[in-house]
Amino acid sequence: MIHYALIFAFSCFGLGLLFNLYRIFVAPGVVDRVLALDTMVINIIALLVLYGISSHSGVYFEAALLFAMTGFVSTVAYCKFILRGDIIE
Amino acid sequence: MSLALIAALPFLGALLPGLLIRAGRNACATVTGAVTALALLGILLHAPAVMRGEVITAQIEWLPALGLNANFFLDGLGMLFAGLILGIGLLIILYARFYLSTKDPMGQFYTYLLLFQGAMVGIVLSDNILLLLVFWELTSLSSFLLIGYWKHLPEGRQGARMALTVTGAGGLAMIGGMLILGNIVGSYDLTVILQNKDLIQASDWYFPALILILLGAFTKSAQFPFHFWLPHAMAAPTPVSAYLHSATMVKAGLFLMARMWPVLAGTPEWFYIVATTGLITMVMAAKIALFKDDLKALLAFSTVSHLGLITMLLGFGTAEAATVAVFHIINHATFKAALFMSAGIVDHETHTRDIKRLGGLRHLMPITFTIVCVAALSMAGIPPLNGFLSKELMLEETVHTVWLGNHWVMPVLATIGAMFSVAYSFRLIAHTFLGPVRDDYPSKPHDPGFGMWAAPALLAAMVIAIGVMPMTTVGELVRTTASAVIGGEAEVYISHWHGFVPALWMSIIAVGAGLVLLGAHKPLEAMWLSTPRPEAKAIFDAIMEPFANAARAVTDRLHDGALARYLAVATLTILAAGYFAYETGTHTPGTRALTPIEPVPAIGWLLLMGATGSLFTYHRNRLLALVLVGVIGLMVSVGFVYLSAPDLALTQISVEVATVMLLLLALNFLPKDSPVESTAGRRGRDGFIAAAAGLGIGALIYALMTRDFAFPTIAEYHLANSKPGGGGTNVVNVILVDFRGYDTFGEITVLGIAGLVIYALVEALLRGGPANDRLLAWVPDQKRAGDRHPLMLVVATRMILPIALMVGVYIFLRGHNEPGGGFIAGLVVAIATIMQYMASGFGWAAARQRIDYHALIGWGVTIAGLCGVGSWFAARPFMTTNYGYFKLPFLEKFELATAAIFDLGVFLTVVGAVMLALASISRIAIRAGETVNVEPFDIQPDEEAATEGAR
Repeated sequence: MIHYALIFAFSCFGLGLLFNLYRIFVAPGVVDRVLALDTMVINIIALLVLYGISSHSGVYFEAALLFAMTGFVSTVAYCKFILRGDIIE
Repeated sequence: MSLALIAALPFLGALLPGLLIRAGRNACATVTGAVTALALLGILLHAPAVMRGEVITAQIEWLPALGLNANFFLDGLGMLFAGLILGIGLLIILYARFYLSTKDPMGQFYTYLLLFQGAMVGIVLSDNILLLLVFWELTSLSSFLLIGYWKHLPEGRQGARMALTVTGAGGLAMIGGMLILGNIVGSYDLTVILQNKDLIQASDWYFPALILILLGAFTKSAQFPFHFWLPHAMAAPTPVSAYLHSATMVKAGLFLMARMWPVLAGTPEWFYIVATTGLITMVMAAKIALFKDDLKALLAFSTVSHLGLITMLLGFGTAEAATVAVFHIINHATFKAALFMSAGIVDHETHTRDIKRLGGLRHLMPITFTIVCVAALSMAGIPPLNGFLSKELMLEETVHTVWLGNHWVMPVLATIGAMFSVAYSFRLIAHTFLGPVRDDYPSKPHDPGFGMWAAPALLAAMVIAIGVMPMTTVGELVRTTASAVIGGEAEVYISHWHGFVPALWMSIIAVGAGLVLLGAHKPLEAMWLSTPRPEAKAIFDAIMEPFANAARAVTDRLHDGALARYLAVATLTILAAGYFAYETGTHTPGTRALTPIEPVPAIGWLLLMGATGSLFTYHRNRLLALVLVGVIGLMVSVGFVYLSAPDLALTQISVEVATVMLLLLALNFLPKDSPVESTAGRRGRDGFIAAAAGLGIGALIYALMTRDFAFPTIAEYHLANSKPGGGGTNVVNVILVDFRGYDTFGEITVLGIAGLVIYALVEALLRGGPANDRLLAWVPDQKRAGDRHPLMLVVATRMILPIALMVGVYIFLRGHNEPGGGFIAGLVVAIATIMQYMASGFGWAAARQRIDYHALIGWGVTIAGLCGVGSWFAARPFMTTNYGYFKLPFLEKFELATAAIFDLGVFLTVVGAVMLALASISRIAIRAGETVNVEPFDIQPDEEAATEGAR
């Protein structure tokens, strides 16, 4: 059963990544692209966890954890740059 | 003292004068002298053994696969030269202390001098000819620095360049000759080569090797027709001239001929090339010396002449002649060094070296006059001084030498050479010191202080001592040395009276005719001046000019300062080489089966390619390009995870974040768009090159990955030994902190240096100056939102700090057995900390910073280094790790490895370096007119914004 659930989840997040890619290519402004990149990180975290489940391994969890913890830092930095120009004031 | 240490001492000591010049000129000279004296002591301690005929050796394997080993040996010849180099070096150091004016950078001088000294000692002690070549080139380089020491003088610079060009070119030729020699014998060790005379002289390659080696020796020893560089090198300060041209640099060529004498000499080729060159050089240079007015030029040509004399003696190829050559090497070093130093004294006191402006100095400078008299009379070959003894022996040898069946050529020409020698020696005395006292000296002359005349006086005393008691003073030394040169037992018999032999008559003729020549100097000089002479420097420049132009043209074509050009040339060359290899080699498709393409990785690949491809369109918008680079970094990190490289992935993820922040900080001060600067055609061309290179690399990787390894991989060893050897199951981490711990140690040091350099650069930028003025005038080029430190961001970052620190500790501790380690942990902690800066501003964060990042870097490197040193106490090599298992109450049994201490050093360095780099760059903004916060956020729930406008 989990097998089918995994296939379904993989497809969903994979499709999500493709949408993100579209947003990176076609977007009204840089902000949308930064958001697309941030969403991409989230999708990747999900895919990593799924991959860990499917391969019965805990190794991938650390990578997902690190992505979760640091991935948003770049997004914040981009936003701060767009808003203020200087990310450390 | 080990020979390797003796050779290394001057090099190690070269660090000291530069440092100690801050403690004063005396300290600087003393430490230089101490280093030299220590090395000399090392040689002297070996002297008794060498005198008994033993050969001292020291062997260190360096690159055994290339036949290049740091092997040293000391026999009589090496000992004589090492003694001359270090002994006269000591006198020169004393002399230079008083010669150099306060305006000259003395630390630099002594550093160069010690470098040169080390290179010379290295030459004479080397047992390996490849090592000898390395030292040989080092003498060319360090003598370049010494000759060009007075950088403000164009003659100094040009003379140094000429010396480097000539001796360097000779050195190149010699490399070829030595390699041939090594090939013939099958060994690069001198001791082995020296025992294979028959093998070498029977080889077809003997003649080319001889020519090439002699080119090296002749250029170095300023033999005709390469003699022209030496007089131009006289633009150097006098201590340099005295050192390089009496005892060391120019004697290196003689040393080499003497060293190679056992295997190269004795053939007709050797005799006619070496003896003839020496003879021509001796006569020609002696003649020129007579007509030189510059004291140092006179001495320079006389040096060339005496070098020719010694070369000629070595060229005779007989044991007796070689013995005389050795004796004259000693004599020449003593009287010539004394003369050079005295010429320096005259120059120093009267401010001129022009003989035409001097004369009558004997009353004004009696001490200098006495020294010069002794040394110059010895140079002229007047009994009982040492120059007489060796000249007499030389003349005796020429009598027994037949040149092309002619018995007269050698003795007659040698007598003529000796005659000129007498003439210029007496001219040096007569025209400088005798005659009436003049009143138009550029400066009032008087004898210098004791420090300055002590060295030449000592040498003059030696001239007399050797002259009066030759057998007692240097007889044994000459015998030992000559035995080493000829590779057998030499017989030495030096005396003043040989009976009414031809040499005596030749000597008398030379002295008489020389005095006549001096008497007729005026008309002779007029004749000399009216005849056209080739001007060596003009010819040299005319030859060098086209070479320099051609080289410049090629360089400009290939590397015009634009990075694009440089990269294009390098890339195209690599491409062409790869294509050539592919075309000429055999190529079969790989045998490994391809793995199937899974849909999700395919999507990842699409993202990677898409983001990379779209950079093509968007790269001019720099922020957008950075976002796209973020996508690429993300996909690369995930790729590492998917391809089973979790350690790499963890590192990449955290590095990506730090990179984005660093670039955003910099981008604040940069234009937000890249301007169009190149034509479409040029971009097309560059695009083509880039695409070809990329596809080429892709093809190469494909070819590699569809094959099995051609050789067993090193991975097997690491996998097998990780647990038993390093005590960890994470092979990547064990490699980093244990197997290749030394590399990691170097890397963190570099990382620390990089962090400090960024700090230093920013410091320089923030100090007053044009760059700072531009920063102060800088106006932000984009609109700004009102909220500097959003409340939500501040709260979120505070919450995440302890979690991130915990994750850091966790990743650090488990690193040895599972993915992780000090490097990743360091990055995680640095990111968590830098977020506090981002959220609440530099001012707020800096006020709460208790630990200095500089200190962090320092501690990190120190801890890692101490961890390595610790293994010494367990009597094991540097950076050997150990581990053990421990049990604490309430805890499971756990393992502790010393590698963890090393990893702690890595961790601290990474945190320090990353933080220092980011914090430094963010400081630029403050100087550019930004204000800083003291409060954590702008909008306080209870009061209005508390922004303080502090610069």
